[in-house]
Amino acid sequence: MIGLTHYLVISAALFSLGIMGVLTRKNAVNVLMGVELILNSANVNLVAFSRFSAGNLSGQVFAIFIIVIAAAEAAVALAIVLSMYRLVKSVNLDRADTLKG
Amino acid sequence: MDTTLVAQIIFYFFALLTVASAAIVVFSRSLIYSAFGLLFALVGVAALYVFLGADFLAATQMVIYVGGILVLLLFGVMLTHKLYDLDLKTETYQFLPALLVVAAVFLTLLGVMLRTTWHSQEQAMSPTTAAIGELFMKDFILPFEIASIFLLIALIGAAMIVRRRAE
Repeated sequence: MIGLTHYLVISAALFSLGIMGVLTRKNAVNVLMGVELILNSANVNLVAFSRFSAGNLSGQVFAIFIIVIAAAEAAVALAIVLSMYRLVKSVNLDRADTLKG
Repeated sequence: MDTTLVAQIIFYFFALLTVASAAIVVFSRSLIYSAFGLLFALVGVAALYVFLGADFLAATQMVIYVGGILVLLLFGVMLTHKLYDLDLKTETYQFLPALLVVAAVFLTLLGVMLRTTWHSQEQAMSPTTAAIGELFMKDFILPFEIASIFLLIALIGAAMIVRRRAE
């Protein structure tokens, strides 16, 4: 029988892998992929709780709002990545040290 | 053959697909492999939504994530590399400390999730699209409108950022 815990464990694994990607990757686009994994893990959590407890659909509505925010985040972050590429000719995050004293 | 057994096999298949693809996203050296790993991870999450009875959300996930955000990320990969460096390698740094932190986070989450006794009762599956639409138009009308304005602002902002400055 597939219960709530199964979904929570998958969500925890996705979340951890997403953090791993954000922490270790040098490429800015790859870091963005990690952020998408984290947002997806939150969505799995919300939908699972929505199905297994409340009896209303608020969790799913919340997940849709998260998808909206993820879309906006991806668009703006890629714009920033592109202008960073134009500025320093690289998307390696350790090259973005213009503000470093 | 028992239908619940079949359902369980399919569930575990998609769970494994999701987590393994996410691992490819994080650990693969090649950016293109990462992007395709993300594709399968997002499709796996959409399948999990189907298992959770969220039909509208599964379709939304396919359309927005797989059709939109992933293509956007691939554009990001292609636009920020010279076309002749085909291998598109990416380096990693602070691998071991990050691994320790992530393992600690994962084990903590796992411990909490497995020890808590959740008072869960599975709801009956029913089509959700009409109910979600009604919620958007009644209970969540203000966040809905704010989200539309937010999307407009993000669109204009993204266009502003990438625009070439007039010299």
